[in-house]
Amino acid sequence: MTKSNHMNIKTILFALSVIFLSACGGNTGDQSGDQLQGTIKIDGSSTVYPITEAVAEEYRSVEPKVKISVALSGTGGGFKKFGRSEIDINDASRAIKSQEVEFATSNNVHFVELTVAFDGMAVVVNPQNDWCNDMTVAELKLLWSPEAQGNIMKWNQIRPEWPDQEVHLFGPGVESGTYDYFTEAIVGKSHSSRGDFTASEDDNVLVQGVASDKNALGFFGFAYYEENSNKLKVIGIDDGDDTNGSGPIKPSIETVKNKSYSPLGRPLFLYVNSDAGKRPEVQSFIQFYLDNMNELSEEVGFIPLSAAETSNAKSVWAAFVASLSAPE
Amino acid sequence: MRSKEKIIEGILLLCAGVSILTTIGILWVLISESSAFFLKVPLSEFLFDTQWTPLFAEKHFGILPLLSGTVLTSFIAIMVALPVGLTIAVYLNEYAPKGFRKFIKPILEVLAAIPTVVYGYFALMVVTPFLQQIFPQMAGFNALSPGIVMGIMIIPMISSLSEDALFAVPKSLREASYGIGATRFQTSFKVLVPAASSGIIVSVILAISRAVGETMIVAIAAGQQPRLTFNPLVPVETITTYIVQVSLGDVVQGSLEYQTIFAAGIALFILTFILNNISFYVKKKFEEKYE
Repeated sequence: MTKSNHMNIKTILFALSVIFLSACGGNTGDQSGDQLQGTIKIDGSSTVYPITEAVAEEYRSVEPKVKISVALSGTGGGFKKFGRSEIDINDASRAIKSQEVEFATSNNVHFVELTVAFDGMAVVVNPQNDWCNDMTVAELKLLWSPEAQGNIMKWNQIRPEWPDQEVHLFGPGVESGTYDYFTEAIVGKSHSSRGDFTASEDDNVLVQGVASDKNALGFFGFAYYEENSNKLKVIGIDDGDDTNGSGPIKPSIETVKNKSYSPLGRPLFLYVNSDAGKRPEVQSFIQFYLDNMNELSEEVGFIPLSAAETSNAKSVWAAFVASLSAPE
Repeated sequence: MRSKEKIIEGILLLCAGVSILTTIGILWVLISESSAFFLKVPLSEFLFDTQWTPLFAEKHFGILPLLSGTVLTSFIAIMVALPVGLTIAVYLNEYAPKGFRKFIKPILEVLAAIPTVVYGYFALMVVTPFLQQIFPQMAGFNALSPGIVMGIMIIPMISSLSEDALFAVPKSLREASYGIGATRFQTSFKVLVPAASSGIIVSVILAISRAVGETMIVAIAAGQQPRLTFNPLVPVETITTYIVQVSLGDVVQGSLEYQTIFAAGIALFILTFILNNISFYVKKKFEEKYE
């Protein structure tokens, strides 16, 4: 009898304290001492996705009440949503285009750009391919430009000494940032290439296609090449510009970073919406991102920023946050 | 009592109606979306252009490369399934002991119960590397390997339907054949198979229409490169693979790129619709023959 009474009192006390605490939480939610909560929506490049997802996962153990959703609609698809304020942060594998800036500005969306890592694109052939070790940018352009469709079909049309065999091409889907970047860097016009190649959003399809076909040539992110380097042969790229290293250069962490692997090395970005940037959970998440991204991007196969580049990114972010809290 | 009958009747009608309404709904979506497509792209370009690149900067809308991929993979599948399936049907009907037949038929049907995604990876990871030892020039994605695997998948369709047709041949024909001194082999292939030919043709046409609509195997193992070729060793793309590829991608709803999948869909629908009608027509003739 006395025991059950005791239990009841305990239960009531517990219920009261829950109500009291939750009311308290509502009043003092802005204070940094409390646990943060809220939802952060991230979308964008499938290339940046692995880093952001890894950071988000680590962050969950620090601030479990902040819900982070990371989607991968591609850089362009992400910028469309970003420009309509549907998401807080866009992962981007290229810099924002001027039309996308205009679209965002027209919807009163302002943002900051943060460099978070570097990525190289690998041009690969089958390991059994014993003729092709390097290509010039001009040769790649000859092979991939829209005019090549139906015309440049054999290896010996690229270089006469190469065999008289069909070349089978593989590349990422046309909505991916990787495709945009490759066409811009090689063909000279973004989104412009031949159409008669196997275009897949799934990088594993591309790896499988090149790894099982002696006459294949494909391109995709350097991270995917490294994961599958035993099945593929990467070729050197010669951009014809001797000031950044002469002759064909193969992609590696070093050559992407020192920009000698040109034009297929690139920086990766985060774009943060300024309204979202005012929210404490976003500020805390980005700070966490900048503190941990180098270690995690190396883990997922990207090239981390140097110490100087990292502190530069941090100061860009600090200045942005300061400008948001300044009275207008 | 009467009203109860009426209610049951109503429920039955409703069940039949659901499937008809679904068909009408699908047709309506296909026609309305693809008519928007054909307002922008002339039918002649759709039928006769030899390139299919609607997702790229320089757009072509010729269905022929997708059609050739579909026809090629289905043709290979039938080339595998018809001889094997027919032989199995004849064997089960004429040669196999009754107990063995009862045991082997359900096992054959299991082939049709394997998920097609499993067949797809079987083609990609097992059949293709094996074929590459025979044809070193063969690409990793090609029409031959998924074609053969698709053929294996539709064997039970042909063997089971053909066996029914062989079984339906009147006993008098068989006995007459034996009576004039024909061997079992002669009876099977010179008398029974011709007599059951309309039923066998129906089974083949249904199998073709199954192969034409098959998606997963070709999407995984045949590649995603639309090209007008009948070379079975290079990557191709079928109509179904194209629809999958675009649906999984990032295409804006309502855009011309989005409408292409309905144009491809209606082409596929017309193809299988014609095949099913041929089989219906042949079946009707077949039924008349022995009445």
